[in-house]
Amino acid sequence: MARFRERLGDALVDTHLKPADDLWLRIRTDAWLEAGRVAKDLGFTYFCFVSALDWLPSPYGKGEDDPTEPPPERTTAIVQGVTGGETRFQVLARVYDINAHVGVTLKTDVPDADPRIESWVSVFAGANWHERETWEMFGITFVGHPDLRHMYLPTDFEGFPLRKDFPLLARMVKPWPGIVDVEPIPAELDTDGDDA
Amino acid sequence: MIAGSLMTGLAYWQVSLLRVLGVIAAVLLPAGTFVYAYLFKMVSFMQSRLGPMETGPYGSMQLFAEVGKFLQKEDLVPEKADRRIFVMAPFVVLLSTFLLYVSVPFGPDATFFGNGFSLGVFYALAVSSVSVLGILMAGWSSANKYSLLGGLRAAGQLIAYELPMVLAVVGVVIQAGSMNMQTIVVKQGADKIFGFGGIGFPYVLTQFVGFAIFMIAAQAELTQTPFDMPVAESELVAGYMTEYSGFRFLLFFIGEFATAGAFAAIASVLFLGGWSLPFSWFGWGHDVNSVGNWMNVAGPLILFGKIMILAFVIFWVRFTYPRFREDQLQRFAWKVLIPISLVNIMVTAILKVAF
Amino acid sequence: MTLLGDRQQLAYIASQAADARLNVELETEDMTLNIGPQHPATHGTLRIIARLDGEQVVWAEPSAGYMHRGYEKLTEVRTYPQVTALINRIDWLGSFANEVPFILAAEKLMEIEAPPRAQWIRTILFELSRIANVSLFLGDMAVQLGAVTPVFYAFRDREHVLNQIEAATGGRFHPNFDRIGGLKDDLPKGWIDETKGCMKKLRSFCDQMETLILGNEIFAQRTRGIGVIPREVALQYGLSGANLRSSGVDWDLRRDQSLPLAYDKIDWKVWTHPDGDSFARYWVRLQEVRESTTIVDKLLDSLPSGPIMAKVPRIIKVPEGEAWVSTENPLGEMGYYIVSKGDTGPFRVKIRSASFNNVSITPWLLRGAYVPDVITILASLYFILGDIDR
Repeated sequence: MARFRERLGDALVDTHLKPADDLWLRIRTDAWLEAGRVAKDLGFTYFCFVSALDWLPSPYGKGEDDPTEPPPERTTAIVQGVTGGETRFQVLARVYDINAHVGVTLKTDVPDADPRIESWVSVFAGANWHERETWEMFGITFVGHPDLRHMYLPTDFEGFPLRKDFPLLARMVKPWPGIVDVEPIPAELDTDGDDA
Repeated sequence: MIAGSLMTGLAYWQVSLLRVLGVIAAVLLPAGTFVYAYLFKMVSFMQSRLGPMETGPYGSMQLFAEVGKFLQKEDLVPEKADRRIFVMAPFVVLLSTFLLYVSVPFGPDATFFGNGFSLGVFYALAVSSVSVLGILMAGWSSANKYSLLGGLRAAGQLIAYELPMVLAVVGVVIQAGSMNMQTIVVKQGADKIFGFGGIGFPYVLTQFVGFAIFMIAAQAELTQTPFDMPVAESELVAGYMTEYSGFRFLLFFIGEFATAGAFAAIASVLFLGGWSLPFSWFGWGHDVNSVGNWMNVAGPLILFGKIMILAFVIFWVRFTYPRFREDQLQRFAWKVLIPISLVNIMVTAILKVAF
Repeated sequence: MTLLGDRQQLAYIASQAADARLNVELETEDMTLNIGPQHPATHGTLRIIARLDGEQVVWAEPSAGYMHRGYEKLTEVRTYPQVTALINRIDWLGSFANEVPFILAAEKLMEIEAPPRAQWIRTILFELSRIANVSLFLGDMAVQLGAVTPVFYAFRDREHVLNQIEAATGGRFHPNFDRIGGLKDDLPKGWIDETKGCMKKLRSFCDQMETLILGNEIFAQRTRGIGVIPREVALQYGLSGANLRSSGVDWDLRRDQSLPLAYDKIDWKVWTHPDGDSFARYWVRLQEVRESTTIVDKLLDSLPSGPIMAKVPRIIKVPEGEAWVSTENPLGEMGYYIVSKGDTGPFRVKIRSASFNNVSITPWLLRGAYVPDVITILASLYFILGDIDR
């Protein structure tokens, strides 16, 4: 059964935006917990995941720069994705309706100055671990979470790794080995095939 | 294992020395054979692999390699452990094994106590409980939570399964009319079943229930799967043996297999006829002294063969079944095995009087 | 190395502190037991801190993260083919299955579809990786319970499947075979017949496991009624795969969504079980392996001919957008949420791995269980550490 377009009768959802053959909803920030409850009441009982998106383009690029050259100019403009948005961080969640075979992705903005959002633990118990991980990786505090502590990282780790301004240490420590002196292939050896 | 006629020619200290050597051989030989034949080879074949093949022809020297490996290891005693008890524990367990072997008759005259030991069965059952002490000592003194859990489980289990074992044996004792192990063997060799003497009268024929219960209880006494909660490898690492390494672990290891041999020996003595072949084949009567002297050499071999068969069953079950949980284990002992063995005793007594 | 050492030290100190605090505050004799991280029972380095009252667990908490490799951060600096090679290693027992949702999501963004032959072969390899993964579970759960022999049979019969995967893709454990738009290569000659023979062997293996383990009374006693997960709790925690189906929820992503894989072209059955206990989980997985062998057979029979790769440019730039695809992996539901900005590599990949959700239920599930049952429950939930920790 395919997922089909459907307008949910969510009275509390702020904006419905960009449904493709998949459904995205962007929720107003203070209605996040409400949205979770409404989703559960509407039959979306299967909790898939909660995570976050950081829309800042990485100031380090891919770490593939030649260290002998000055770093190139990069855009620092934040462009959000599918359902628009106003902030750098967005929290993302997905739930399914088992009986109707429909899945919904819910997004919400997180204020830049003070990244806090309500926790879904009271609605979906499984959000516990997901929110812990999101807090650990992005630094978004989940209000109402019973036990917000590190999941993967050691307790004294500083910083939030998945934020874009947190560098990928491996690329910082050593220059990227992919920088090679590229010599043009001699004409007679150029057997460029069509393998993609 | 001295033939009666030789005894007169030797001084007492020589006889004792031979006895000590004999019991060491009696303990180590089955243990070693079991380890090689069953632990290395049989289980490997059952698991579609070959087992040790490199050391010696078909891996036969692996046992000596293992022993050497254990002997050259560092002798560790954990810092918080109760040193004296920690050191004594494996010896207590082995002590129980040696004491068990001493009671088993290996031939018409090849016994350690002579033929007049009228409490053989009682002694054997009593002495087999000494190992519980050793296991408790090991678990407690290791200063390790896993070991403690293992030791406590073991104590509960071993005590629980003593009873079915004892009750199963009572049926045999009733039937034989004596607790003297030698007498039991001779009776099995010499008795006739309803006048037919062709196969003697091994008590497994009438005491099959007792035999089954005894084997199950033996499996539990040896803490083999399906009763190996104390040594549950995937949960408690090695249970009460976790902190032991090197030589001390070797003692536990040998103790485990030697005790398997001991229980198999006792089972074969009580149920299968021990060292005897049916006496009617050779025209011997009920008297032990009428049995030919060559039996003193052949007897141990026959007994060994029977031990191997029973141990095969013990190890086969060990490598196949998953393990019981502790409370299921206890429930099985108290609610299933003991009632059945009580019924067995009743029936045996009634039939014995009737016939 | 030092990082791990520090964490272990900290964790040890923390557990000692917790222990001391508990004993002082409550003056009880609860014992804090550490199961793991090095332990024969846990599939890898999972640490479970359990507080015991006698033999019953009062409180348990798994402490994951010993294998965290930072996949989501790594994907940000890699191109799509590089990411494919990387994500093979998330669930290393059935590794082709990890690539599939990622490639499908990327193809969704590019709005191309792989040719039918590639879809068929993708599905076949997907099912083979499921068989490889779950047949190990069948033996593995037995060994956790004490039966040491079935796991050897599982490894032996799994070798056949791994040989087939290697013949087709070149790698037993990490095929790295999927490409955006299709597959890397076509199947070698004779592969179809060999795989059919292999499926027969696996069916007999399943029958063997059924008689040996499911028919064993001790196994039944150890697993029936242990670790019951009711339906609502399973849904709330996002349990997936066989764990969900053995709680009575009829939800299988292969059937319930339309993806460019060949599942809707053949008949096959979804197995569920009403009890939510450990026995049900084992039973459902056993049936699923058998079902997978039939699926593979049917797919092999109906394999269409044609190209293996769709027309894609040499350097793949995926257009802007976001896409989410999840599939029914051997361990459960695995999904990738790809955010792309039109680059050669993704902007952000969120990996939703099945074992993360499956293990998140353990604090709830392990309360009141006995210590041996903890092992049974963990074994029946079946997680792979790489999947939890990514």
